[in-house]
Amino acid sequence: MSANDTEKLAHMANQIAAFFAVYGEEEAAAGVAEHINRFWSRPMRAAFVAAGGEQTDLAPAAARALANIKT
Amino acid sequence: MLIEEADFGTPIRVSETRVTLHIDGESVSVPAGTSVMAAAMQLGTKIPKLCATDSLEPFGSCRLCLIEIEGRRGTPASCTTLAEAGMVVRTQTDRLAKLRKGVMELYISDHPLDCLTCAANGDCELQDMAGAVGLRQVRYETGDNHFDAAHATPKDRSNPYFDYDPSKCIVCNRCVRACEEVQGTFALTITAKGFDSRVSAGGTDFLSSECVSCGACVQACPTATLIEKSVVAHGQPDHSKVTTCAYCGVGCSFKAEMQGDRLVRMLPLKAGKANEGHSCVKGRFAWGYATHKDRIVKPMIRSKTTDPWREVSWGEAIAYAAAEFKRIQAAYGRDSVGAITSSRCTNEEVFLVQKLVRAAFGNNNVDTCARVCHSPTGYGLSKTFGTSAGTQDFKSVEQADVIIVIGANPTDGHPVFASRLKKRLRQGARLIVADPRAIDLVKTPHVRASHHLQLKPGTNVALVNALAHVIVTEGLVDEAFVRQRCDLREFEVWARFIADERHSPEASEVHTGVPAAEVRAAARLFATGGNGAIYYGLGVTEHSQGSTMVMGLANLAMATGNVGRPGVGVNPLRGQNNVQGSCDMGSFPHEFSGYRHVSDDATRNMFETLWGVDLSPEQGLRIPNMLDAAVGGAFKGLYVQGEDIAQSDPDTIHVTAGLAAMECVVIQDLFLNETAKYAHVFLPGASFLEKDGTFTNAERRINRVRQVMSPLAGKQEWAVTQELANALGYAMSYADPAEIMDEIAALTPTFAGVSYAKLDERGSIQWPCNDKAPNGTPTMHVDRFVRGLGKFMLTEYQPTDERANVRFPLILTTGRILSQYNVGAQTRRTENTVWHPEDVLEIHPFDAELRGIRTGDLVAVASRKGEVSLKAEVSERMQPGVVYTTFHHALSGVNVVTTENSDWATNCPEYKVTAVEVRPTNHLGRWQERFQLEDALRKRVVEAAE
Ligand code: SF4
Ligand code: SF4
Ligand code: SF4
Ligand code: FES
Repeated sequence: MSANDTEKLAHMANQIAAFFAVYGEEEAAAGVAEHINRFWSRPMRAAFVAAGGEQTDLAPAAARALANIKT
Repeated sequence: MLIEEADFGTPIRVSETRVTLHIDGESVSVPAGTSVMAAAMQLGTKIPKLCATDSLEPFGSCRLCLIEIEGRRGTPASCTTLAEAGMVVRTQTDRLAKLRKGVMELYISDHPLDCLTCAANGDCELQDMAGAVGLRQVRYETGDNHFDAAHATPKDRSNPYFDYDPSKCIVCNRCVRACEEVQGTFALTITAKGFDSRVSAGGTDFLSSECVSCGACVQACPTATLIEKSVVAHGQPDHSKVTTCAYCGVGCSFKAEMQGDRLVRMLPLKAGKANEGHSCVKGRFAWGYATHKDRIVKPMIRSKTTDPWREVSWGEAIAYAAAEFKRIQAAYGRDSVGAITSSRCTNEEVFLVQKLVRAAFGNNNVDTCARVCHSPTGYGLSKTFGTSAGTQDFKSVEQADVIIVIGANPTDGHPVFASRLKKRLRQGARLIVADPRAIDLVKTPHVRASHHLQLKPGTNVALVNALAHVIVTEGLVDEAFVRQRCDLREFEVWARFIADERHSPEASEVHTGVPAAEVRAAARLFATGGNGAIYYGLGVTEHSQGSTMVMGLANLAMATGNVGRPGVGVNPLRGQNNVQGSCDMGSFPHEFSGYRHVSDDATRNMFETLWGVDLSPEQGLRIPNMLDAAVGGAFKGLYVQGEDIAQSDPDTIHVTAGLAAMECVVIQDLFLNETAKYAHVFLPGASFLEKDGTFTNAERRINRVRQVMSPLAGKQEWAVTQELANALGYAMSYADPAEIMDEIAALTPTFAGVSYAKLDERGSIQWPCNDKAPNGTPTMHVDRFVRGLGKFMLTEYQPTDERANVRFPLILTTGRILSQYNVGAQTRRTENTVWHPEDVLEIHPFDAELRGIRTGDLVAVASRKGEVSLKAEVSERMQPGVVYTTFHHALSGVNVVTTENSDWATNCPEYKVTAVEVRPTNHLGRWQERFQLEDALRKRVVEAAE
């Protein structure tokens, strides 16, 4: 995956986090993880998780979700 | 055999009360409100008539339908006389016969007697009536008349599909009433009085008039006055079959009337539940594409997309495609290939393609074009209600009192539903339109929206939250409904959320631009005006918050108790004919048919057992993910069924880069479309006239598609998919589409009771159809939601990333128009182009003046993604700051300009919001210039050697 792709994935994760943000961070993190586990393909999840630490502009709920994303 | 539907003369009434009367000595019982004419028809007695037909209210002008009633004086008209209990009626007496002959004599004395050469010969009610009343002579001298050389008005042949010959008009007024009552356009009038009276399309010819060419008047006309050009050219059809329109999600039923293998006419079916005998210009007339010379009828292959196409045998094409997919999977892995199913194809075809992907490719990389239109509907309605479908049938609108139309333009996009909607509005239902443009519904003859919430594109969620805020804070919630039917805890959380001041109409006004008072009034009306129904389209879904908005609408419906009975509901108007069906059939990469996740072991095991193969529990790639992966080098092979992603999907340059990076693209289509320019294998498709199957419309109605002519390329599409699966090493052996439907029913609980036999028997079925609902389900969520309790979701408004700025100060939003359909592949190959020869950019006078733009000027539309040139049309329908165009023509390249932004939940593209600048120009955009250069080059075909 190129930098371009991981940026795109981070952006998508942030969009999901933005929807769930209103539920409070804990529920939001769970919501983001569940959504990504349900709808993203395995390579997308793997790339997102692999880039995990480096993605500085990740929304808090998306960052917290990383640990619960199945790869 | 030609299918004839009985004409009862006046509309069939519905009433609990029945009345029994006696007609010509026989007794008959009918619903109260039924005319004597319709009652007689129930006994099979056809009372002569000319001005009456059962699609229209009785008019009582021709005086041919006279009857005698015991105990009453005179000879009343049976079409305008209501049946009463105990009435004794005689339809045939010497007195009546004489009167009728007299009436007919008068008509015929002013009618050209050229029956033998008349196009309506054999299908003319005037002719029939002359026969029925036994007319043998006309005693009047030919004096002043409307037909001889001295008197006749010239024919109006301006409409591309039908002619108007005033000399044959009997001024029965059926056409005028059809245009008013059935279509709701009010394009026709009867001018003048007495002898001079004639039908007029508003004082001009039909083409220049308000007429939208729906064909209702032509169908209603009892004579040859209004007649299809195809009938004039070919004569009367001799056999017909009932089938379903292949254009929009209304799913109108038609009789395809044939002469041998030639389609002569498409006539809307009165028994069709979606359309009840009505049609629009597309389904009724725009079918010429099916036999257009551009149809590709031979399979073709090429190893490089810069090579010309080479025609080959079916066997060679399929073997080549299969070998390529196998090679690619061996080289790049099992997940390097996938497929896109089409919402224009039948359920059976779609089901087979997704089966091929899951069983023969061994992955779940299948997606559908619904990704780019209604995927948020699936997500949003599943979350809140528990299933991905509209809640009502179309008939429900007849009981709606307040109707919200949001992000939909039914008079253009879903014309026959629009006619049904307008009829209800003319009866007094109230209308709230939420749309950035003043769509036709806002003000159309005898219909005026109570509120037009003219919001800025991209602010739907702010608007729906503001509506809900008013309902919650002003105590307008239907508490009984919420308590009984919804998850109370979720409701309470939601109510607190929505009551916050930030959602008030006053606070939202800065985002939406809609005056707070207008929003408050609309919310009050919706909550208190009786049955509230919501209809929405792609203006809701095609946003970065598309799924959020669908949930917002579901919240609104639940809060006001508007779910679970006729007259209410949340109703997605689906774009293409089989959007609902393609989603139902398991076209999404994460779901099997019936919306069950691929990771669900029980469901997967069921499929594995029946299909005899291990299936992947991992969801596959969606269309945008496939394209990203292709650009990234991991995705190499694609099978595209009846779709044109190179034209229809956003950010064209990215789409074509993805396609160009693939090693094998297989296209199954009627035409060499834009995507085919990047393809290596072309498998000719079959038009809807050439195949058997089913489409499922926006009301979940499964309608039959029936083959009326042999496939031009020799094969129906499902058979080709089957051959491809076999060549890939996965055995399929269906004998016909009915067997595919049997498998769908066996694997899909909501389809369990569906079979071709049942569809033939009932005409159509709305799913769920199973043991609990053996005849289908017109209204969903009646006593409980599919998910149990309805779930309120929190819908925070998030402005889209795509904002107007100094460089791109205008917002471009896209849509479509009545006469064209989607990428135009079909409609551009019909006479419909007279109404829409090219895509134009609508711009508000203020923005136009600021830029020195006049109607007709060529303007460049530039976004951060790309630039194209279009002609401008200065239009008051727009609001300042917003421009609008359609995407029906490939050369327009509108999707060169649209962005990669998409819905957070489903990746449905944000077609409706693109920041652009518009300026006058004198040349096409760079992409368009290249398009012109490459168009012919990439479509070259070399003839196969004999
Ligand atoms: S074709 Fe339709 S719109 Fe046109 S005049 Fe006839 S009924 Fe009216
Ligand atoms: S055009 Fe046909 S339907 Fe209309 S008034 Fe004349 S005869 Fe009747
Ligand atoms: S409304 Fe839709 S389904 Fe009906 S005829 Fe028109 S295009 Fe076809
Ligand atoms: S049919 Fe009854 S008056 Fe014409």
